Amino acid sequence: MFLKKTSTFLIFLVIFFSSIAKVNSIEPDIFVQSTVNRASEALNNKFSKEEKIERLKEIASETVDINGIGYYTLGAYRKNINEDQKKEYSNLFERYFLKSFASRLAEYSNPEIEVVSKKKLNENYTMVSSILVGTEQRPEVKIDWRIYTKNSENPLIRDLIIEGLSLVRTQREEFSSIIQSNDGDINALFSTLKEFIK
Amino acid sequence: MNKIIITTLISLLLATNVCADTDGENILLKKNSGDVEDCFEGINRSTFSFNQGLDKAIFKPVARGYRKLPSPIRSGTSNALKNISSLLTIPNNILQGEFKKAGINTGRFAVNTTVGILGVFDVATKMNFPEYEREDYGQTFGAWGIGAGCYVVLPVLGPSTVRDTFGSFINVLGGDPYYNSSVHGNNQYLDQDLYMTTKIISGIDFRAKNLETIDNLEKNSMDFYASVRSLYLQDRQQKIRNSDPTIDIMYEGDWEEVETQ
Repeated sequence: MFLKKTSTFLIFLVIFFSSIAKVNSIEPDIFVQSTVNRASEALNNKFSKEEKIERLKEIASETVDINGIGYYTLGAYRKNINEDQKKEYSNLFERYFLKSFASRLAEYSNPEIEVVSKKKLNENYTMVSSILVGTEQRPEVKIDWRIYTKNSENPLIRDLIIEGLSLVRTQREEFSSIIQSNDGDINALFSTLKEFIK
Repeated sequence: MNKIIITTLISLLLATNVCADTDGENILLKKNSGDVEDCFEGINRSTFSFNQGLDKAIFKPVARGYRKLPSPIRSGTSNALKNISSLLTIPNNILQGEFKKAGINTGRFAVNTTVGILGVFDVATKMNFPEYEREDYGQTFGAWGIGAGCYVVLPVLGPSTVRDTFGSFINVLGGDPYYNSSVHGNNQYLDQDLYMTTKIISGIDFRAKNLETIDNLEKNSMDFYASVRSLYLQDRQQKIRNSDPTIDIMYEGDWEEVETQ
């Protein structure tokens, strides 16, 4: 009898917690659409360029895994740096990313993005496909979003793949080129980043 | 002329072999898109700067002017160029064993050239033909498993690889039906000037479609040369594999190492 009660109780507990988890987990495609809608709102022409940039930075800080992208971007070099350098890099990369990302996007006004489909790669990643609707000036553009879903309650963007070209991979190869051009000295990357975020 | 081409190719291929001798660790750190080595980086960077100068002085202003043309004229031009390019795509579809695609593209070309008035109107797309993908000899060589060789920046023409440059030579050595009928064909409608004009307009059309994107990339790059190299190589790699970007995920293993949650 006791066993039966306990097991019923346990089953209820499991159902209860899994239902909570379901309520709180956010579907990657819905997350992308809502992020896009927030960005569209931020890019509304009623705001000045500076205001747009500030709003975009705020959205990016909440929705992009800047720290993860930073480490990925360092490539093989991340294994060769010490803790202090890691901290310095994280800090510099975050400032660099927000500045470069916001100023890239601020050029667009009211971009119209439609989420088309999603594909779960594994427990940690889902790719969400979307279309940047074409205008008279430019053709339609395919944008895929790599969403990090390890914590399903707080999905984060880890890459944008525009017409098959990964922004993060491009970034990584750019950083690698800067380090190589300076005989493998990571400090050269730090100074270039400092120069950019000035 | 043929001697010059052959000598250039041999020297480029030899240089590729030299690069293949670098040690393993070096390769790991120098990993570029698709592991293509930039063997001539010094010369490439100089050519890249030269091309940038040319772009600022000529191509960009012309592309801006082209953008001012009414939209139907631009899309008509773009459609006609795309239609001509299918003459190169079809033999490459066949060489890659993509017979179905070759059939579809032949149908597309026939419909657009006739009903679409020399390709100005893309009637085939309206008739729900599958999306058109350009193919060239560089892509065919890639599909056959021939490596890209070194990355090169060609004067005026821009980023390429040894393999893709060799592929472009095939066009003028009899591989491009449009080139053959323009330059060697005995007809009153097509000639070498028209061929060159088509190529130049293709360049301007491409530049005009990418004005903001390239400006934006340049403004936000700390090493613009490296960004362009990465984008070019990723694009070629994807086109050779004819892959769906959503499914084809590169460097998956690298991502797995990055845990932040």
